Amino acid sequence: MKRITALLLVAFALGAVAIAEGTLSINGAGATFPYPMYSKWFDEYHKKNSNLQINYQSIGSGGGIKQVTEGTVDFGASDGPMNDEQLKAFQDKHGFPILHFPTVLGADVPSYNIAGVTAELNFTSEAIAGIFLGKVTKWNDPLIADANKGVSLPGNDIVVVHRSDGSGTTYIWTDYLSKVSDEWKNKVGKGTSVNWPVGLGGKGNEGVAGLIKQTPNAFGYVELIYAIQNKMPYGRVKNSSGAFIKADLTGVTGAAAGAAKSMPSDFRVSITDAPGKAAYPISSFTWLLIPSKFSDGAKRDAIKGFVKWMLADGQEQTEALSYAKLPKEVVAMEIKALDSIQ
Amino acid sequence: MATTTTTVSSAGPATGSRSFISRLRDGDEIARLVTFLFAASVVLVTVLLVYELWRESYLPRHKFGFGFFVTSVWDPIFDKFGALPFIYGTLVTAGVSLFIAVPLGIGAAIFLAELAPARVSDTLQFFIDLLAAVPSVIYGLLGVFVVIPLMRVYIQPGLKHTLGFLPLFQGPAYGVGFLTAGIVLAIMVIPYIISVSREVLLSVPRDQREAALALGSTRWESTWKVVLPFARTGIMGSIFLALARALGETMAVTMVIGNTPTIAASLFSPGYSIAAVIANEFTEATGDLYLQSLIELGLVLFLLTFLLNGFARLLIVLTSQRGSGMGQA
Repeated sequence: MKRITALLLVAFALGAVAIAEGTLSINGAGATFPYPMYSKWFDEYHKKNSNLQINYQSIGSGGGIKQVTEGTVDFGASDGPMNDEQLKAFQDKHGFPILHFPTVLGADVPSYNIAGVTAELNFTSEAIAGIFLGKVTKWNDPLIADANKGVSLPGNDIVVVHRSDGSGTTYIWTDYLSKVSDEWKNKVGKGTSVNWPVGLGGKGNEGVAGLIKQTPNAFGYVELIYAIQNKMPYGRVKNSSGAFIKADLTGVTGAAAGAAKSMPSDFRVSITDAPGKAAYPISSFTWLLIPSKFSDGAKRDAIKGFVKWMLADGQEQTEALSYAKLPKEVVAMEIKALDSIQ
Repeated sequence: MATTTTTVSSAGPATGSRSFISRLRDGDEIARLVTFLFAASVVLVTVLLVYELWRESYLPRHKFGFGFFVTSVWDPIFDKFGALPFIYGTLVTAGVSLFIAVPLGIGAAIFLAELAPARVSDTLQFFIDLLAAVPSVIYGLLGVFVVIPLMRVYIQPGLKHTLGFLPLFQGPAYGVGFLTAGIVLAIMVIPYIISVSREVLLSVPRDQREAALALGSTRWESTWKVVLPFARTGIMGSIFLALARALGETMAVTMVIGNTPTIAASLFSPGYSIAAVIANEFTEATGDLYLQSLIELGLVLFLLTFLLNGFARLLIVLTSQRGSGMGQA
C-alpha cells in the first residue's frame, strides 16, 4: 500500500515537472464582449507556440478587474477602463501600477420596431437622450421627426428597451449619453448597470433584440456585432461634425483614429462622440489589463510576446469576427507602451 | 485499518452485552456515525451559507440598515441600494403562480389518483415527470416566444376589456411583466404539485375510501370529503415545494418579467425579482458596496424562503391538529 502511494507520488511529481517544463500556462479573466475574439487569438497563438497555453474566463469586466487586483489571474480584461479608485487599489496592493492595452473596438447601434416604417431612421443625440430620459415619448416627436423628413412616423408611445444585465454594451451607451446630455450625466451617469429612468430590461443582446422585435414601437440598443450577425435593422446616429453615420467596422475604427490624436499615455480614453467626419459616435475600446511587473520572467515574456503578435497578425483576424480593428496610430503607441512591462 | 483489527480481536466476542467495539465491528455504529455526518452536513451547509451571506454583506447592512428593506431606489452609479421592488416582485410573481398552479395542479392530481384508469394515470405521470425535469431556460424561451406574444396580443387586451376596472389589469400591455412571469412560473411548478399530490392521494389507505363508499357516499363525495382531507398535509407540502421553486426561480423569470424595479398595483407592469437581479448584475458589479448589496439581496431571499417555510410548518401543525391523517404521506 505504502509502496503504491510512494510510486504514485513520484509519478505525479514527475508529471507535474514535465508539464511545468513543457507548457507555460497563463490565466486571464474578464470581459465577455471580446471573448470570441480572444478565444480565437489564444487558440491561434497556441498553434504557433505550442508551449504556451493562455486560458481566459469570460466572467465579466467587473470580475476581471477584481481578480487581477487580487492576483488570482495573470491578466484581466475590461470593457470600461478602470477608474482612479480601482487603479489606486491595485497600486496599493502590489506596489506597482496596472496597464491598459486596447485590443479591439465595439459599438452600440440604435434599433427599433415601428409598424410600417422600413426606412433607416436618423437619430440626433438629443433624440436618443430624450427617449432614454423618458422626455421624448412619441415617435412623431419633433426631435425625431425633424431628422427624418419624408418618413411618416406614428404618434404611438415609444417603448424603451435596455440591457438588464451588467455589460460593456451598456457602459458604451451610457458613456455616450453622459457626454451628449448633462441631464443624463447628473441624473443617471455611466456604468455597466445604471438606474434607468424608463424602459424594459432584456437579458443580453439576445434579450434586448427579442423585446425590440416583438414589441411594437420599441427602441433600444444592441452591440454592433450582434446586429450585423443577426441582420437586425438599425439607425444612423449624428456625430459631432453633424453627419448621420450608419455604424460599420470602418466607422468605428475611424472614431478611434479621431481620438488617437488626444490619446492619453495610459490608454484610458473614451471615444464616444469622437471628433472626425466619418467617426461613428457610440463606440469604445475594450482593454487587456496587464500588471506592469511580473515576478516570473517567463510569464512576462510570454504575455509581451502575445500582445505584440495580437497588435500585428492578430489585428488581421478581427474583421472576420466582425470586430473593428485598432487604428495604426494606437497600435504604434501600444508597442511602445509594452516596454514598460518589467 | 490494521490497528482496529487488532483491538477488536483482543477485545474478543466473549463480553456479554454489545460493547461499542462489537457494535463497531458489526457495522451498526459505523453506519450510525456516517449517516449522522451526512445529515449534519445539511445543517452545516445552511449555517455556513447564512454566515457567509451575513459576513459578505457587512457594508450595506451598516450603511442602509433597515432602510435596505423599505427603500426602492437601486442605483449602482450613485451607490443607493434599496430592495423593496425586488422583494415585491418576488412575492407577487410567486403569488400569481400559486394562484394559478394550485387549483390546476390539485385538480389534475385528483383526476390522476382517483378517477383515471391506472394506465392513463401512469402514462400522464411519465409526461409530468418529464415536465418537472425540463431546464428552466427552456421554460424561459417558451415564455419569450409563446407566452409574451399571446399576452400582448390576446390575454392582456382581453383582461383589460373585461376586468379593466380592477387596478390589477390596467396600464400598457407590453407582454412582459408580473402576470407573464407568474404564468410561466405556474407552468413550471404545476408538475411538482401534481406529482407530489398524486403520490399522496394514492397513499391514502384503501379502507378509508371503502368506508366512505359503504356509508353510501358517491365516488366524488368520498374523494372530496374523505380522501382529500386525509391527504391535506401532503398536498400542502407539495404547494410549499412549488412556492420554494417559484421564489428562487431565476432564468425563466428574468426572461419574461421586464427587469425594471417597480412597485405597481397592475400585474401588467414590468417588474423585477431578487433572484433575477442577482443573476443579471453580479458578474459586472464593480465596487464593494454594490457587490455586497447584491449579496445582501441573497440574504433577503434566504430570509423570505425561511419565513415562508416556517409559516408553512406552522400551518401544517395547526391544520393537522384537527384530526386528519397526519404523517401518512
